[in-house]
Amino acid sequence: MSETTRKQRLGAYDQAVEHWENTYAQNLANERPVYNRSGIAIDPLYLPDTDPPLDYVDRLGLPGQAPYTRGIYSTMHRGRTWSQRQLIGLGTPAEYNRRVMKLLDAGTTAISLIPCNSVYRGNDCDEVPLPLLGTCGTVVNTVDHMATALDGVPVGEISTSMNDPSPFTLLAFVLNVAQQRNVHWQKITGTSNQSDYLSHCVANHMFFRLSLPGARRILLDHISYCRERVPQWNPLSVVGQHMQQAGATPAEAMAFTLSSALQYGEDCINHGMDPDDVLPRFTFFFDISMSLFEEVAKFRAGRRIWARLTRDKLGARDPRSQRFKFHGQTSGVDLTRQQPLNNIARVTVQAIAGILSGLQSMHTDAYDEVINTPNEGPARVAVATQNLLREEAHLCDVIDPLGGSWYIEQLTDQMEEKILAVMDTIAESGGMYRAVEKGLVQAMIGRSALAWQERVENGDQKIVGVNCYTTDDNETNDPSPATERPDPKTMGQHVESLRVFKRQRDQEKVSAALSNIARAANSKDDNVFATVVAGTAIGVTHGEAVACLRRELGFGQPLIVE
Amino acid sequence: MNSETTRPSRVLITKIGLDGHDRGSRLVAAFLRDAGFEVIYTPPWQSIDAVVDLALQEDVDVIGISSLSTDHLIVPDLMRALMVARLGHIRVVVGGIIPDDEHALLFNAGVSAVFGPGVSSASICAQVTTFATEARNDSAATIDETP
Repeated sequence: MSETTRKQRLGAYDQAVEHWENTYAQNLANERPVYNRSGIAIDPLYLPDTDPPLDYVDRLGLPGQAPYTRGIYSTMHRGRTWSQRQLIGLGTPAEYNRRVMKLLDAGTTAISLIPCNSVYRGNDCDEVPLPLLGTCGTVVNTVDHMATALDGVPVGEISTSMNDPSPFTLLAFVLNVAQQRNVHWQKITGTSNQSDYLSHCVANHMFFRLSLPGARRILLDHISYCRERVPQWNPLSVVGQHMQQAGATPAEAMAFTLSSALQYGEDCINHGMDPDDVLPRFTFFFDISMSLFEEVAKFRAGRRIWARLTRDKLGARDPRSQRFKFHGQTSGVDLTRQQPLNNIARVTVQAIAGILSGLQSMHTDAYDEVINTPNEGPARVAVATQNLLREEAHLCDVIDPLGGSWYIEQLTDQMEEKILAVMDTIAESGGMYRAVEKGLVQAMIGRSALAWQERVENGDQKIVGVNCYTTDDNETNDPSPATERPDPKTMGQHVESLRVFKRQRDQEKVSAALSNIARAANSKDDNVFATVVAGTAIGVTHGEAVACLRRELGFGQPLIVE
Repeated sequence: MNSETTRPSRVLITKIGLDGHDRGSRLVAAFLRDAGFEVIYTPPWQSIDAVVDLALQEDVDVIGISSLSTDHLIVPDLMRALMVARLGHIRVVVGGIIPDDEHALLFNAGVSAVFGPGVSSASICAQVTTFATEARNDSAATIDETP
């Protein structure tokens, strides 16, 4: 390398640093200095104290600068820490509402709605055995149910994220509730979680309702409808969490997720959408395992790859398109049934990994998740874990605090290589959609799951309380608390009221609306999601909308891969 | 009779109800197959009637139900349906996340074993072998009694 090139590169580095310093100062003009207990002032960012590597700007960049390896915003957690978005959902809409109002009174600014498993499967509550209703989420089947669930909730001021796969009936309900309350759709913020049908076909099939081609079609309609009518809504969250929970290695999970995001980006562009209009609304959702350094390297590598992919493969120019915004959930499969209180320590390690990786939003698991749907006490410990890591351990003082460690930087490069290698395999098979259709991804995950199980069983991977440090006594065994189940009488009344609703509505209008949904599904020019919004407004239920689309576009059946 | 007793044990691994998490069921199916069982595997969300039909058609000795989120609550319905179909000899085991205070519900309904997280594959294989033998003996006894 010539002396001139060397000087140019160092010049680029100096410029990048200056740019970051200015941006940081603009954003946090009145920041008070931060000191540790020994009285040492703590900078928001640490940089090489000698000449930086010549490829520093290309490979790492400064926070808020492409390729965003060190973080997607200039101030990161110093400016704004992550959203604490715990999943909630239980019982009837009225019971959900009571829990949400408590959270709002306590100062929550973002809520989530987890629907009942029957909703995931596309059923109304009058089609499902009573004992299964409301045990894992809220039973929401109609606009009226949603109105009850959100009674007193300032829709339009509170961000709502919902587990809402195709055809996005829950968002349709929310939009109708907003209309009833004269809240403009421009103000509706939140995320359609579980819109990534590829991840559902591969793993965690409970969200997989419609055939692959059907789900592909409706997701595009949903994205294009939201871009036009609900511009602040995030219509797509690309999910790596399911795949890692199903057994994929961290590198594989990142590779599959980025390949899916690339597929969705290409689909949107082929559908006539502008990458810089849709990509800023893409978000990601990942698992955070116990493998702390590997996880940090996974996320740093993921940010770098996404910045390059969006620029080089999807033609994005807007920096907002290139920023890899992600929600992390601590890994449930790492938790153990044995000595369950130890799970608090596990969740803490996972949460540290997530925070040090610079996540935007986090859910920490309750230690009893491995025993039952979390009870209230353990759920509170999970939230406290996030609070104490921020307030007591001061994990937000420094941006990308592990950056510059020889280990982490090399591991980030190595994870990137692994991820890119898996992505190449996917690309060679025709892209993520084809790879899923052929069962390639499922087979890779199956192999990794089996390999992990073998490592645990032969003792190569130690798990405290499972294959080492086991105890005969129950000293560290929290006695499994009484399982909280919905009151069958209240749930029975909820089911009965849906039956009454179905009898009393205008049947002709409902039939006409269902015909419209079916017609849209078979026409290239109509927007299916628009017909779902219109149909639910006049009384079409969740189960009817899903059943109609399954008839027209096919039932989503996961592929069985040996 | 002899060929009957020497055929490999047949196990149906399935999920009933609403949940779709299948890491557990796939894993168990894979290691039972490796251990020499004949495994019949289905995708999630089977109806109870479909499971009973399949168990009959495939002449299985053991049914393994995988449950992550509360689908175990309808296992007693499956047990009743098996009795009605005169398949009471089939042993049923349940694996997954089953709260301690709901184990009794399953055992009272006639479930042979509940496998929680962390149980080794060796232990599952050994127990399923025993249950399959018992099922085969019961089935033979029933046939002998039939005139």
